[in-house]
Amino acid sequence: MAGATRPSRVCPFVLAVTLVATACAGGGAQPTAAPAKPPEATKPAATTAPPAASPAASPAASPAASPAASPAALQRIGGSVSVLGTWGGSEQESFLAMVKPFEDQTGVKIEYEGTRDLNAILTTRVQGGNPPDVAGLPGPGQMAEFARAGKLVDLSSVLDQSAVKEQYSEDWLKLGSVDGKQTGIFIKAALKGPIWYNVKELPKVSGGSTPKSWEELSALSQKIAAPGATPWCVGLGSGAASGWPGTDWIEDIVLRQAGPDKYDQWWQGTLTWSSPEIKAAWQTWGQIVGNEKMVFGGRQAILATNFQEAGNPLFSTPPRCYLHHQGSFITDFFVKANPNLKPIEDFNFFPFPDIDPRYAGAVEVGGDLFGMFRDTPQARALLKYLTTPDAQAIWVKRGGALSPNKRVSLDTYPDQISRQSAQALISAKTVRFDASDLMPEAMNNAFFKGILDFVQEPGSLDSVLADLDRVQKDAYKR
Amino acid sequence: MSDRLALAAGAVVGVPVVLVGYISIVEALLSFVPGGRRRALRPWLWLAPALACLLVFLAYPALATVYASFFGPTSERFVGLANYGYVFTDGTMLLSIRNNALWLVFFTGLSVSLGLLVAVLADRVPYETVAKSLIFLPMAISFVAAGVIWKFMYDYRPPGTPQTGTVNALLMGLVPGFEPQAWLINSPGNNLALIVAAVWVWTGFCMVVLSAALKGIPSELLEAARVDGANEWQVFGRIMLPMLGSTIAVVGTTMLITALKAFDIVYVMTNGNFGTEVIANRMYKEMFNVRDFGRASAIAVVLMVAIVPVLLFNLRRFKEQEATR
Repeated sequence: MAGATRPSRVCPFVLAVTLVATACAGGGAQPTAAPAKPPEATKPAATTAPPAASPAASPAASPAASPAASPAALQRIGGSVSVLGTWGGSEQESFLAMVKPFEDQTGVKIEYEGTRDLNAILTTRVQGGNPPDVAGLPGPGQMAEFARAGKLVDLSSVLDQSAVKEQYSEDWLKLGSVDGKQTGIFIKAALKGPIWYNVKELPKVSGGSTPKSWEELSALSQKIAAPGATPWCVGLGSGAASGWPGTDWIEDIVLRQAGPDKYDQWWQGTLTWSSPEIKAAWQTWGQIVGNEKMVFGGRQAILATNFQEAGNPLFSTPPRCYLHHQGSFITDFFVKANPNLKPIEDFNFFPFPDIDPRYAGAVEVGGDLFGMFRDTPQARALLKYLTTPDAQAIWVKRGGALSPNKRVSLDTYPDQISRQSAQALISAKTVRFDASDLMPEAMNNAFFKGILDFVQEPGSLDSVLADLDRVQKDAYKR
Repeated sequence: MSDRLALAAGAVVGVPVVLVGYISIVEALLSFVPGGRRRALRPWLWLAPALACLLVFLAYPALATVYASFFGPTSERFVGLANYGYVFTDGTMLLSIRNNALWLVFFTGLSVSLGLLVAVLADRVPYETVAKSLIFLPMAISFVAAGVIWKFMYDYRPPGTPQTGTVNALLMGLVPGFEPQAWLINSPGNNLALIVAAVWVWTGFCMVVLSAALKGIPSELLEAARVDGANEWQVFGRIMLPMLGSTIAVVGTTMLITALKAFDIVYVMTNGNFGTEVIANRMYKEMFNVRDFGRASAIAVVLMVAIVPVLLFNLRRFKEQEATR
């Protein structure tokens, strides 16, 4: 695991505009993996051979391009695959729906296990010699640690390279590779940073237009707060990963306030936390979370509320808040809490506004990365299947997910909102991946904690940043 | 699944078979050894499997942990005492040490004294069994479940919304003008909130042990004191307490060790955030989140060293008791 932390230094991560099919499904954030049982495989050899896929790929350019893509190509091999991931609730249901056709056609049983403490569970199982067959990886940073420790199988022999290269943009592939080896592949993506609002309520206070710049957004917040209402809903709770929704805020602000270059230096560990650029981002966020009048319930509520339910007060009558910042996956939770809500009619989003006009048009994405810890025929078949447009379209259609696979067309998206998210990703000038997921785990952990400490005591910003600097000094060294 | 069943069945049947086989072979071999030496040799040979297990599963990991604590995150680079330096200088570590001290005092104090109180009071009422069962019940719940239960108890919603947490709802109903509190977030009270959850689990244990010792005090002794004119406070203070002394010491030290090892409740309820970090949770994070085996091992060693004096005390106590018997 030495050196694990700088996985993507190599890759510039501009996830190019090519990402056509962006259904971001990023549930809470991190990818999960599915461990497969050791091969009880009846005919192990069967799966290894890329079925009909590759031939079909080139000429027809049909969606069946990747190896396991077309259902007919799946061979009946039986056995089982263990999968470990972060998804629970409706996201877990969507994942299970996604692999259902695979199970039906191959007879391979998927043994899915979800946990919010993915990194710890995965480390324990890998160290204990009992890794899942396939697992969602917490992020490119941790993937690199596992890859350098030799725990991950190189996927270049597993996935049909020509199909994958054709269907995924190079940037997505780079994020999944370490030292030239493809050790992870994204199976879904999420747009970070949309700001959600209640379509029936916000115009009453905003006058109709959505903010295009940070000044306009601040002015809108002030305007809502003036008569005593609360503009924002924020919730940072997420079990062992509490704090991560705040990291998305800081990242969104850094990207638009300090620009993509500083953003890269920051997650790469060469720009300190106490540098003016990063400190300014915390202060900007502090205008919202540090002000009791800005957030429903104040700081106590920010810390005590789970991210899944944080946005619900948008829809109470009268609304207890008007704006909510969260990844594109959150619509799933809105609808689950209030089944009558309709996208566009009841809720919608505007993109996180530009802060410095020089960096206008930047967006942040997240994604769920999968890796293979045990090389079994079933695990190979599953990974191949998960990268196909057919498989990813299943989750996209269920909502809450964007697909990193270019072959999943915009028409697949179930509603206008997810199409807008996908569109936002495609039309962005600058795309950056979630910085905290790219940082070494020690840094990422400290970031989560720093977020909570800052919200609890906004006056302690300098000491929070000094702590983060201290962690930064040795987290990148290993 | 079936292979696991087979494994379990194999273990259940296989282990006794192997052990019995081992003993018979040892006995067969011993019959060739002359009398005096045989007597000296036999206990060691009988003990050997257990000793081997102890070595492999206890002594070796402990030594390996000490060894790893002198190396870097991946156990490759020798770093000397740097990891111990971290344990005693890092801000979060110092906070954990302080919080463990709070646990030592409040958790041990509350669980032992409440256990004693319930044991003594329950002794005097006809519904003793029911009362003791109720107090003991939480012992049957896993700590993780207890943590989840108390997380709901302490749940916080902003003022003006329905309070779903029992504690806030109750206080708002009883105390006019009470503002709901985020019990798990406001420091340093949140440490006490966690300790209360742990006390809820462990009081039953203290009560059962103390109650058993209480029943062991000869009733003639208590009656004699009362006949001589001692009031109930004097009976309790001058007779019961001294007679319970050694039991209280055993229960108390067990609770001290539990306080030092505090983990599950903290992990589930706050994960050490908001100033509630404890040493064991820190160790878990260093090990499984950060994957710094050196620091995690150093924390483990410090924790072990902290527990040793308590263990020695308990052992000595135990030996004294054995000697007086």
